[in-house]
Amino acid sequence: MSTTAGASPTTGAGRTPTSGAVRLPGTLRLGLDRTGVELRAFFRERDAVIFIFTYPLIMMAIFATVFAGQDQGTADASVPFAQYFLPGMIATGVMLTSFQSLAISIAVERDDGTLKRLRATPLPASSYFYGKIGLVLITTVVQISLLLVLATTAYDVPMPDDAAAWGTFAWVFVLGTATGAVCGVAFSSVPRSGKSATAVVTPVVLVLQFISGVFFAFFALPSWMQTIASLFPLKWMAQGMRSVFLPDEAKVFEVGESWQHGATAAVLVAWLVVGLVVGVRVFRWRRRDDG
Amino acid sequence: MDITTPPASAAHGPAIQVSGLRKRYGTKQAVDGLDLQVERGEIFAVLGPNGAGKTTTVEILEGFRNRDAGEVSVLGADPATAGRAWRSRIGVVLQDSRDQAELTVAEMVKHFATFYPRPRDPDEVIDATGLREKASTRARQLSGGQRRRLDVALGIVGRPELLFLDEPTTGFDPQARRSFWELVESLRHDGTTILLTTHYLDEAAHLADRVAVVRDGTLAALGAPDALGGPDARRPVVHWVEDGEPRAERTARPTALVTSLAARLAGPDGELPGLRVVRPSLEEVYLDLIGAASPVDARAEEPAPAAARPTHEEIAR
Repeated sequence: MSTTAGASPTTGAGRTPTSGAVRLPGTLRLGLDRTGVELRAFFRERDAVIFIFTYPLIMMAIFATVFAGQDQGTADASVPFAQYFLPGMIATGVMLTSFQSLAISIAVERDDGTLKRLRATPLPASSYFYGKIGLVLITTVVQISLLLVLATTAYDVPMPDDAAAWGTFAWVFVLGTATGAVCGVAFSSVPRSGKSATAVVTPVVLVLQFISGVFFAFFALPSWMQTIASLFPLKWMAQGMRSVFLPDEAKVFEVGESWQHGATAAVLVAWLVVGLVVGVRVFRWRRRDDG
Repeated sequence: MDITTPPASAAHGPAIQVSGLRKRYGTKQAVDGLDLQVERGEIFAVLGPNGAGKTTTVEILEGFRNRDAGEVSVLGADPATAGRAWRSRIGVVLQDSRDQAELTVAEMVKHFATFYPRPRDPDEVIDATGLREKASTRARQLSGGQRRRLDVALGIVGRPELLFLDEPTTGFDPQARRSFWELVESLRHDGTTILLTTHYLDEAAHLADRVAVVRDGTLAALGAPDALGGPDARRPVVHWVEDGEPRAERTARPTALVTSLAARLAGPDGELPGLRVVRPSLEEVYLDLIGAASPVDARAEEPAPAAARPTHEEIAR
């Protein structure tokens, strides 16, 4: 190996060796590099691909097939099962690729020493988190796109045709993803080891799915369960997505017979802020047993 | 934007300077007034039993831990407050790595190269660490020794001025250790300062210009591997057999002793039965320094083997 200052041809810009000073690579560009690495690692991990990425697609296929021809609703008004099921699956997908993905992966990275190794390099902390944001955005967008394609082509779920509905879709999607990601970072400190991360995180997500109107119609749940679910973001994301994919008349099934967009935004923002505050306070680069 | 001065203009003064370093965990005083100085370009080994404060000290130097008291300067900066520019000038090889198992060797080395302002060519680093054949293998599938070489590759790809190696060859077979030593020597040849912690005395003897022995959070001894502990610690032991009984004597003048023994005890062929002159190895000096039972005295009680075997001195070289 030589000690000359020749830059390598394999890596890109950001380095400009000059006689007086050396410029460190840019934070944003490193964030893009991290995104690439995060995506590669994610799609090579079979568990992550099955239980985080394809889970909503598999559930959509199973439930829409089993309950094909049935309707969700009352004698007065009803929508086809698949159409009612899709919004819940979108909300679940967003929660998996943001909250569950980050809570597990960061807990594992803390335990196996990835975080400590990165901390020992000049990689800025913000670039690490840009990489996580990139991972969440890309996996979520691709997953939800596939889910929409599956729902329309295989199960004839009609897509909304007005811009207002897609606008609602956009803000619920973005706010839900951001909230899930931030809460995932904060929750990654809960599992005591990388091995227990999946066991600790998955039940939280699963219980929320059952009480938030994802697998069962929300209006059919006991009111105490509805009340508990209303404290958490998944119920509101699912409700927001129902306002996009169900006909407007279907709001009679909702609690309060309204889509409650204001409450949806308020709850998601509240969790976003709580997740940020807690995440910043509890985030650690090292294992608990490592000082 | 972070700007750092190039290594050339910063290369004066010692690489590491530590004085009066203290760190306490609860009731345990892990580091208790440690003083150290590591010069630029040297390989400096830190030895000591588990719990002596080695790792705590090294992690303070790496900027992973805060100290309770003392002055610390690493490449002219305080690791507790130094930023990215400083980080880009050091390389850290931690113990016990099993992270990022799904990435390949080449992906990892190339990715880590992007973190630094003046990285080495990743392909050169892969060649130098002997990982060419494993370049497209995922980290998960590497053997322990290959994994360790990957750690070193990631530690040096940023072209560090100062490299921390924490027990780098634990679990290596002898051949892998040899080739690893050659790699470390080539880094020294390139001008890299290296701070090495190890449990292997032969490794310290082979690689280090100077060795610090740490005990109970303080410096127990400091010096070149062949001078550690001073002349007294290296006084040789003469072994022989007399009346069928093994005997041993520690002396500063072994030749005189052997001459007098030969005059008194040599057989018809002029040979002295069971004769061995043994200079304490670094390991024996080290065990003395950290207060373990003196192995020289213990061994003098053993029956001396009839057949010649390599002396401890030879083993240590």
